[in-house]
Amino acid sequence: MDEIAPEYDVVVLGTGLTECVLSGVLSVKGKKVLHIDRNDHYGGEAASVNIEALFKKYGNYNKGEEPWKKYGRANDWNIDLVPKLLMSSGELTNILVSTDVTRYLEFKQVAGSYVQQGAGAKATVAKVPSDAGEALRSSLMGIFEKRRMKSFIEWIGTFDIANSADHKGLNISTCTMKDVYDKFGLEAGTRDFIGHAMALYQTDAYITEKGRAPETIERIRLYGNSVARYGKSPYIYPLYGLGELPQGFARLSAIYGGTYMLNTNVDEILYDGKKAVGIKATMVNGHEPGKDMKFETKAGKILGDPSYFQDKVQVTGHVLKAICILNHPLAGTNDNDSCQLIIPQSQVGRKNDIYIAVVSSAHSVCPKGYYIAIVSTIAETTANHHLELAPGFERLGRIEEKFLGPPIPLYEPLENGANDNIFISKSYDATSHFETTTDDVKDIYLRAEGQPLVVEGLREGTNLVGED
Amino acid sequence: MAARGPGSRAGNSRFAQFKLVLLGESAVGKSSLVLRFVKDQFDDYRESTIGAAFLTQTISLDDSTTVKFEIWDTAGQERYKSLAPMYYRNANCAVVVYDITQASSLDKAKAWVKELQRQANENIIIALAGNKLDLVTEQPDKRAIPAADAEAYAREAGLLFFETSAKTSENVKELFTAIAKKLPLDQAGPRNPRSGPRAGVDLRPEAPGTQGAGACSC
Ligand SMILES: Cc1cc2nc3c(=O)[nH]c(=O)nc-3n(C[C@H](O)[C@H](O)[C@H](O)COP(=O)(O)OP(=O)(O)OC[C@H]3O[C@@H](n4cnc5c(N)ncnc54)[C@H](O)[C@@H]3O)c2cc1C
Ligand SMILES: Nc1nc2c(ncn2[C@@H]2O[C@H](COP(=O)(O)OP(=O)(O)O)[C@@H](O)[C@H]2O)c(=O)[nH]1
Ligand SMILES: [Mg+2]
Repeated sequence: MDEIAPEYDVVVLGTGLTECVLSGVLSVKGKKVLHIDRNDHYGGEAASVNIEALFKKYGNYNKGEEPWKKYGRANDWNIDLVPKLLMSSGELTNILVSTDVTRYLEFKQVAGSYVQQGAGAKATVAKVPSDAGEALRSSLMGIFEKRRMKSFIEWIGTFDIANSADHKGLNISTCTMKDVYDKFGLEAGTRDFIGHAMALYQTDAYITEKGRAPETIERIRLYGNSVARYGKSPYIYPLYGLGELPQGFARLSAIYGGTYMLNTNVDEILYDGKKAVGIKATMVNGHEPGKDMKFETKAGKILGDPSYFQDKVQVTGHVLKAICILNHPLAGTNDNDSCQLIIPQSQVGRKNDIYIAVVSSAHSVCPKGYYIAIVSTIAETTANHHLELAPGFERLGRIEEKFLGPPIPLYEPLENGANDNIFISKSYDATSHFETTTDDVKDIYLRAEGQPLVVEGLREGTNLVGED
Repeated sequence: MAARGPGSRAGNSRFAQFKLVLLGESAVGKSSLVLRFVKDQFDDYRESTIGAAFLTQTISLDDSTTVKFEIWDTAGQERYKSLAPMYYRNANCAVVVYDITQASSLDKAKAWVKELQRQANENIIIALAGNKLDLVTEQPDKRAIPAADAEAYAREAGLLFFETSAKTSENVKELFTAIAKKLPLDQAGPRNPRSGPRAGVDLRPEAPGTQGAGACSC
């Protein structure tokens, strides 16, 4: 086995998406990167696993049984552990294109974006209108409300923060979103699907907090731009599951000289005073137990996910998540092969929205005839988690298999890394897309490198000899 | 990525594109074989990890048949056993390389073949390449693996077999040509989204059929 170099510019711990994007970018910029994961696979919390691995992870079967066998070849399944989709005009798409990681991946559209109105037996599901034309046809609003919605959407489309003449007499930077909605005379139900299904807020806090109108308008525009890119829905999704994303960025890093080690435990972080300066680690050899490889190396800085730094992070909340296997599409979604369905909190008496993300064999994540639906929300109680997700389960109809674990803690770092030279990422949050993940990537890059990350033109002038 | 897939025809000519992956122990010469095949170059002192990791090369089998290889090198991720499943996904063919002067490298190659047969496409075409042939041409006592032994194993396992030298280019073209000839030119590769018209969306901003990111539908 080759020797590990005595020193790296950056040692990265954990191969989740955040870490892999950072490794990729840092390697392209010429940094010498060592990237380690204790698991035998890429992706960490953001991996996609096969159905046997999923059963084993949740342990929801009796000893001696092999329930996964009735679902065909285990490897035909790639089930995401994190329920997220990519906004087609979002920042992750931008990074994928700028780094050329798109060449390792193939994306498909998610077929529709839906929202629930009402609850229980009276609940209806409707497509989220994405442009003025769809607003006029939508069953979500009455005839006069449709016109008001149309003029709101048109205003958002041409909105320019610098052109205050077009701000309807509002001071956009200091007013509330309620003021904006009031200007257009929008009804409560309309505000609900704009804020939750288009701006993708999970609570109603954005409505009354002063100064959040520009951000809300930006989010609605991101939604609109993303729908405009390919039609149908604002979302795209990689064939074979989200686990392909970290693998793609890890490959980018490796091409630019990054060194990859899976199956490797970090035994100790080495400090000089308060500052981390290196690691001691062991690469485990599963086949020949005696042949583990212990090594020590210096690190200019250390990046990693919260699981590698339990004493340097705090819990900020809990996500509830149930992965469900279905053999039919969701009722009310036009028999689509995939969709997102949002149940706004107000409709079911909650504080946080419930999200349902559905993908299927069309995305090469399961055999033909199956659908994978993940129901998730932010926990509001300390028990009854099944009940909190119940409105989501109602939308699914018959469920073949349900994987529901304990609430998942969300971590964030206690410090920014300036003192200890350790730059820690946040957990994957409950949002339905990766915009907060790329925010975190940029934040870590800024903290660690002392300058903003610019992805545009990243690979220009750095193309390796011979690359096609 | 693949714009045209196996078996596409324009007039009388045939054009097919396939994904080819390299496997084998670190330092046996995988990257060097690719560099020789694609650029007809060899570099004694290249750093063994860093390299062009995504190359294409076409081979004309006859006047009317062209095979294009989309070649994935390991980018060094094999060194600490950290290749990602993405690497093998939809590979139509693989070159498993060993170093004929290193006895243990054939065992590693055999393990890779087993892994491929277990995990990859059923119809994957695998070639075994015993590399660094030039070293034993100069000094026969450097040979650690008799050609006959490797050949017998290859025959038994249903693999193409060549002894090659990335340094002198001996048998390199022959190796890739033999693979091209064995590929199913007339049928799309099994479950291969890279073949045929793209099933998915193209993210590049200039891609035809997509609107610019600036165009809001609002
Ligand atoms: C087609 C294919 C698909 C693969 N898919 C995965 C995968 O999804 N996840 C993954 O971690 N590795 C996967 N691997 C294996 C991974 O790339 C190994 O690191 C590599 O095969 C090392 O080979 P080895 O024989 O030198 O090492 P080994 O010593 O045989 O293995 C190194 C470590 O990898 C683990 N491993 C080997 N094969 C697999 C496998 N198929 N799935 C899971 N763990 C494995 C072993 O338990 C061991 O801990 C795959 C390999 C192939 C050929
Ligand atoms: N003599 C000789 N050396 C070779 C040959 N192929 C590769 N090498 C050398 O072997 C080393 C490792 O090669 P490389 O292509 O990086 O191996 P990889 O790790 O399998 O990709 C380099 O120093 C090469 O110059 C060959 O055919 N003959
Ligand atoms: Mg190499």
